[in-house]
Amino acid sequence: MFDRRLLQHFDWVLLLLLIVIGVLSVLNLYSATYPMKGSGGSQIFLKQTYWFLLGIGVMLLMTTFDYHGLERLAYPAYFFSLGLLLLVAFIGDVRSGSQRWLGFGGFSFQPSELVKITLIISLAKFFNDRSHINEFGLRDLWQPSLLIAVPALLIVKEPDLGTALLVLGVSFSILLFVRMKWRSLLVLTLSGLCAAPFLWIHLREYQQRRILTFLSPEMDPLGAGYHINQSKIAIGSGLAWGKGFLNGTQTRLHFLPEQHTDFAFSVLAEEWGFVGAVCLLLLYLFMILWGIHIALNSKDKFGTLIALGVVAIVFWQTVINVGMTTGLLPVVGIPLVLFSYGGSSILSTMVGMGLLMNISMRRFMFQ
Amino acid sequence: MRNQAFEQASVEVLRKRLSKLPFLVAVVFAVLLLRLWFLQIIQGPSYRVQSENNRIRLQDVAPFRGMVFDRNGELLVDNRPSFDAYVIPEEIHDRDELIRSFHSLIGMEPNYLEEKLGKEAQKYGFRPVLIKKNLSREELAIVEAHLFNLPGVMIQIKPQRYYLHKELGSHLIGYLGEISEPQLTSGNYPDNKQGDLIGQAGVERVWQKNLNGIRGGEQVEVDAAGRRLTVISRRPPIAGQNLGLTIDKKLQMAAEKCLKDKKGAIVALHPMTGEILAMASNPAYDPNLFLEGLNRAEWAKLVTSKEHPLQNRAVAGQYPPGSTFKMVMALAGLEEGLDPREEAFCDGKFPFGERTFRCWRKQGHGRVALHRAIVESCDVYFYKLGKRLGVDKIHHYARMCGLGTVSGYELGSEREGLIPSSEWKLKRFGVPWQPGETISISIGQSFVLVTPLQMARLISAFFNGGVLYQPKVVKWVGKDDKQVYQFTPEASGRLKVKEQHLALIRSALIGAVNEPGGTGSRSRIKTGAIVAGKTGTAQVVAMGKEKPVQRGEEPPPDLNDHAWFVAIASADKPEIAVAVIVENGGHGGSAAAPMAKEMFEAFYGKGP
Repeated sequence: MFDRRLLQHFDWVLLLLLIVIGVLSVLNLYSATYPMKGSGGSQIFLKQTYWFLLGIGVMLLMTTFDYHGLERLAYPAYFFSLGLLLLVAFIGDVRSGSQRWLGFGGFSFQPSELVKITLIISLAKFFNDRSHINEFGLRDLWQPSLLIAVPALLIVKEPDLGTALLVLGVSFSILLFVRMKWRSLLVLTLSGLCAAPFLWIHLREYQQRRILTFLSPEMDPLGAGYHINQSKIAIGSGLAWGKGFLNGTQTRLHFLPEQHTDFAFSVLAEEWGFVGAVCLLLLYLFMILWGIHIALNSKDKFGTLIALGVVAIVFWQTVINVGMTTGLLPVVGIPLVLFSYGGSSILSTMVGMGLLMNISMRRFMFQ
Repeated sequence: MRNQAFEQASVEVLRKRLSKLPFLVAVVFAVLLLRLWFLQIIQGPSYRVQSENNRIRLQDVAPFRGMVFDRNGELLVDNRPSFDAYVIPEEIHDRDELIRSFHSLIGMEPNYLEEKLGKEAQKYGFRPVLIKKNLSREELAIVEAHLFNLPGVMIQIKPQRYYLHKELGSHLIGYLGEISEPQLTSGNYPDNKQGDLIGQAGVERVWQKNLNGIRGGEQVEVDAAGRRLTVISRRPPIAGQNLGLTIDKKLQMAAEKCLKDKKGAIVALHPMTGEILAMASNPAYDPNLFLEGLNRAEWAKLVTSKEHPLQNRAVAGQYPPGSTFKMVMALAGLEEGLDPREEAFCDGKFPFGERTFRCWRKQGHGRVALHRAIVESCDVYFYKLGKRLGVDKIHHYARMCGLGTVSGYELGSEREGLIPSSEWKLKRFGVPWQPGETISISIGQSFVLVTPLQMARLISAFFNGGVLYQPKVVKWVGKDDKQVYQFTPEASGRLKVKEQHLALIRSALIGAVNEPGGTGSRSRIKTGAIVAGKTGTAQVVAMGKEKPVQRGEEPPPDLNDHAWFVAIASADKPEIAVAVIVENGGHGGSAAAPMAKEMFEAFYGKGP
């Protein structure tokens, strides 16, 4: 099964991109959790290093088989991850008010991260199987709608509004690239808009408040607006060249909330300034364009759709996170892929990257 | 099942769409980059300022308020460290949680905190709000231990005023209170800010500027929890100037001990300078209580209490002088040609018009001349003298003696008392003066009102050659041997009378204490200092009642007579003048004179 030609086509560019972002992430976390006078040191940057190494291992593992084998595994894997998600609803760990984690002996993980991947694969399989359909209408879409809606609802219930929106965004991105009747698209969009108020009343109070705060941040500077304001102050005060590594006052003095997870980008922007922030964004842009390149060059539709899904994950997460930290979008709690601290997120992203690399390596192969 | 052609077509469509995707992505990223440009380059400087404001807090460093000493350098008022809890509203993460925590940790009332962190606090979000002053050791330990879980809370150490002897001299020293809005806007307190405690009474108020000192400042780096990390720069505060009072702690204590559980006042003056050696008024108050922040009920109790603890009875208490007024009557008589050898007969009563005025001694004094009339305090003698003089002559000499007008007591809230004249009566009541009223005022009753301070000043003048000194309570103000104020005696009036007339009265006052039958004998002391003085028993006129309780009748307790004693020692070398008033104390000779004795003993020692 393993072919020497595969090694020739190994995607070094993607690997290099991942390593550069990984190193930056660890350095940034080192600063974000740098001990203050009088408090103990933090091992978070070390943990992140281990997660990265493990993630790269997982990614390499994902390249060892032909991704076409996933066609058969797609639905079972999807239902397996859905099962885990259901399990979370019953026996998940509750942390700061939401039930998102499954714990097994000192180790915990978020099934919602896994669902993103299995959903992409399932959608890819679904549309790949129906390549004969020229234009998809509403009647053809009830199955994928269900595939998307069930996990999305389960994730909203946790509650994890950010990840749920991400799942919807990624799925919608895939739908945009299969041929759909304009009428169907219109109906979908309209029904989504109609569902919004229904969704609104189902949101937790703090979620509603965040969205309201986003619409007018000065309304509640002490409550939900605090995070946005402090993040904007951190980013803005970095000016062109930043305050220097370990010298971000917003970071070091803990004015910035969640600085090693959701607001890790603000730490970078404060310490490395406009120049540093732009460099990181360009890295992500390059990664996304490279992913699109892989999708375009995939030798079949299945690979294209999977690559597209992985690219969509990276794209939406980057846009939502940076938009949120810069005050363009409401605070929904989406980490920046590969840059924020978090094992589940790194592993699931690396699985996606493995798929991307798998597709990239096999672009010249024929079944 | 699969149609190769269809599949190829759909892949082509997909590719076509995909090839447009990079532009879409680039556009979205361009939006993000523009946003960063806007935040970091265009608005960056403003955010840099905000981050510095976050990080650096300007903190006031309260100056040490000047200390207060007695005339012998004994410390009366000092400062001690107070641990105060503050909240910075802007930094609270969860207000309700904070209120709950404070309730469970140190039992603070949720409503109180709710109010403290209300609208006003939100308006100035970064201004620390004082929520609890003077934490106890236990409270401090608990709050410090939980500080990290209480974002927005900080502990500051501030010097707090400390009145070492509580009530001692409280009416002179005064108390501190939070600066009021009108005071803030008046411009009279340039060194003070909202929340500062400033003197609201006594020397604390009058010498506020000198005592206050100048606040210092610190630029402190703080973290998000408001914890101080490093001091970036510091301007040290300048301590206030110290102040020495003219009072003698030992005498002041003696005075307050005498008045314990009674209502009244004692004033001791230096007769040759006007320095106030002691000034006690009871009931008094503990100025320390004001620092804890009195609640509304406690404040109301102090202000509206019938006993008026905040009032300094020594300067603001107006009482009929009773027989102590006979000093003035005697002087007026002598100046108007009274022969001191001329005798009058006292059979215990003096009929005048339709009324009969009585002497305090039912059986009368027999034949008395001026000397015995003062020694034994014969009322009938002075009824007759008064009748001869008339109200306006009495008015003239009483005013000359410093009655009916303020003495210039430097701490204010002094009352004038009242010396009636025929003109005053007509103006005030629209009816002419009644001759019978002259008889009443001859023994210091009816309209006549004086303050204890006026009486102490008056007897001083009788013994110091006729000088009315302005009573003063501050001996020096300054710091480090650099004095900005030094006491100097200041004459504010002079008795324009013949020295031999004063000598006659002095000898009678010595007699009143030292001769057999003298009414003030209970003020005599054994150390060789000669005490001279005059007793007084002032009838209490009930409001709304036409006639005073007649002498000899048994009055209800609150209509019991006020006991007076006005004295000086030593008669040959005056060093201390004392005026004592005991409200509803009964007879001056038995209730007030022994207190004067205590004062003289405190001054001269008890003797063998």
